Amino acid sequence: MAEEKKTPQLDELEKGPWPSFVTEIKRAAKKNPAAEDLLGLMERSYEDRTGHWKHGGIVGVRGYGGGVIGRYTDLPEEFPHLKEFHTMRVNQPSGWFYTSDSLREICDIWEKHGSGLTNFHGSTGDIILLGMKTGELQPTFDELSDAGYDLGGSGSDLRSPSCCVGPARCEYACYDTLDMCYDLTNEFQDELHRPMWPYKFKIKMSGCANDCVAAIARADCSVIGTWRDTIIIDPEEVKKYAASGMNIQRMVCDKCPPRALEYDAEKQELTVNPEDCTRCMHCINMMPRAIQPGKERGATILLGGKATIVKSAFMSWVIVPFMKMEPPYDEFKDLIRRIWDWWDENGKTRERIGELIYRVGMTTFLKEVGLPAAPQMVFRPRANPYVFWQPEDFAEHK
Amino acid sequence: MAKLDIGPPDYKKNLPPVITKNYGQWKYHDYVKPGVLRHVAKSGDVLYSIRAGSPRLVSNDFIRDICDMADMYCNGYLRFTSRNNIEFLTDDEAMIEPLIAACEAKGLPVGGTGHSLSNIVHTQGWVHCHTPATDASGIVKAVMDDLFEYFKTDDLPARLRVALACCLNMCGAVHCSDIAILGVHRTVPVIDHEIIRKGTEIPTLVASCPTGAIRPDPKNKSVVIRDESCMYCGNCYTMSPGMQIMDPENDGIAILVGGKVSNARSLPMFSRLVIPFLPNNPPRWPETVEAVRNIVETWIRHARDGERVGEWIERIGWERFFTLADIPFSDKCIDDYIFSRETFRTTAAFKY
Repeated sequence: MAEEKKTPQLDELEKGPWPSFVTEIKRAAKKNPAAEDLLGLMERSYEDRTGHWKHGGIVGVRGYGGGVIGRYTDLPEEFPHLKEFHTMRVNQPSGWFYTSDSLREICDIWEKHGSGLTNFHGSTGDIILLGMKTGELQPTFDELSDAGYDLGGSGSDLRSPSCCVGPARCEYACYDTLDMCYDLTNEFQDELHRPMWPYKFKIKMSGCANDCVAAIARADCSVIGTWRDTIIIDPEEVKKYAASGMNIQRMVCDKCPPRALEYDAEKQELTVNPEDCTRCMHCINMMPRAIQPGKERGATILLGGKATIVKSAFMSWVIVPFMKMEPPYDEFKDLIRRIWDWWDENGKTRERIGELIYRVGMTTFLKEVGLPAAPQMVFRPRANPYVFWQPEDFAEHK
Repeated sequence: MAKLDIGPPDYKKNLPPVITKNYGQWKYHDYVKPGVLRHVAKSGDVLYSIRAGSPRLVSNDFIRDICDMADMYCNGYLRFTSRNNIEFLTDDEAMIEPLIAACEAKGLPVGGTGHSLSNIVHTQGWVHCHTPATDASGIVKAVMDDLFEYFKTDDLPARLRVALACCLNMCGAVHCSDIAILGVHRTVPVIDHEIIRKGTEIPTLVASCPTGAIRPDPKNKSVVIRDESCMYCGNCYTMSPGMQIMDPENDGIAILVGGKVSNARSLPMFSRLVIPFLPNNPPRWPETVEAVRNIVETWIRHARDGERVGEWIERIGWERFFTLADIPFSDKCIDDYIFSRETFRTTAAFKY
């Protein structure tokens, strides 16, 4: 290997208590010339204060349109091992659960074919294999496939669905997020691997309204666990919290947004007014031993979430207040297919579903995908009378 | 030859036996100490999760290291969190302390649970992105070094979620974070007409501009930009490499605060822009590190128990936030994009 190159700026980022990505690139650089070149290129970026990766480039594996992000440096003469330095997205298991053997298998494959650098995980949730030559894409995919892995989404397709830890470890989970994530990912393999839509589409599943996978902010379709009936309070456990010194009035009742909880400090009794509860999770978070979600569990379906580009950031909004979430998830699958068909028909290039609904109107969307309007869909009704009346509206009053 | 469409591996094969046995039957959880969660099942079984920070960008050797630790202390079972922390999973209480010692010996800090600063979710930056306005991993490292104490302890007023995205695309979805560190471009793209002529679909490029600032220039077989309409989002650059948006002299960082995704107590909230620009100052971005620390410390000083950054600011009012944090209010903090009106104060009731 060539004489070790100096990286004075990056070396500064090996100091301090937080684990260092520079140390990690250096570890990979001992075994792989592309990782070594990456150190040099990063140091150059730190000097120039700019990126040195060229725009796009279409590369991939046979049979798929997505799963690989083409990447080429703009300094190929100086960093020849980065001339091609593509990313492969590998679809993660639900909830990011692994055995050490399963991870080592990925490492062994990756060491043979690429830089040895990874992201655990990418923003969408995939395992990211960072940096390989074009000729290595197919062999890497072949070996991953033999080991039971498949590629994730990229481009204008369904991105790899992701979910919270769910019933595997969380008492708050109102439906089986891991199973639904696995089921949907398998059901929609064609949509995931072959980009055919106006733009990307993300589905994220959170088991409760704490929303640990940020579904409401980050997913076009957010499936957030909830319940229809009433929270369940265990009076004995309430007394134990009181005995432990918790200020139940201040920390629980006063912070309940609709003030649905009442606490009798003398009797150490907590009661809920069920009609007032919005199921926000605060009281359950504060007193997990004493309060649990109700028994009639399912999920709220929200649509339209996305980051800022292009028409501002959107948070998903309610399109179905409550849906039972049980295998085989037919009601959800049927709905999401109707939504995709409508979006595919009407969306412009690079227009996310939320932007399309904003452009053509929520009432049009509801009508065309066949969803009934519900007051839970809005914070408050419109303040203007500019309704787009339809012929059938007049028939009603004749 | 790979089999197509086999889907991801079955997560059920990766679950430790205590989870398989108690799947969906958990009763409650609590915090043993910072970085250690205890989940108790209805059966009485107990699961400990030991959470450790990771730089996310890691080598094969790093993965093998944590696999060895999982083998030694957890029968090989581990997972990752949505904020890129590692979680070692064991039902054996006796393994907690040796595992923590092993983590710390490897330089992996244990923490990030409860009312703490968790790991900073971030994008690729100069490591692998083609449109970055700043680096990602380097700033995250510098900020986490500085705020390290808040990862290791859990007595903040509430959870603290920091995120970084290296350009306005916001792949890191920083828009609902307590504190968002955001790479921003500030200058109009420089057009390379040769590249546009060679391989750009001009109608698609024109349509990509959210403000209609790009117009076709048929004579030149290229496009022109109406400079005053451009807000530097870089959407055009994604459509064509001929619209060079990166500008080393003028790119930098903006800070947004007060977002959250959880529905608990208050509604999910967007982060709001409070510092429009800080310079790119590698390798350790001291201005950004200081700005983030200042916001965190101001929040700690003034927030009530249980208040997220955004909940605290919404209670005291944004005008008070600028005073308390000693951040100058800039006209650039006032929205002039498409959903601006809802941010204008339509009341005569406010503070000084």
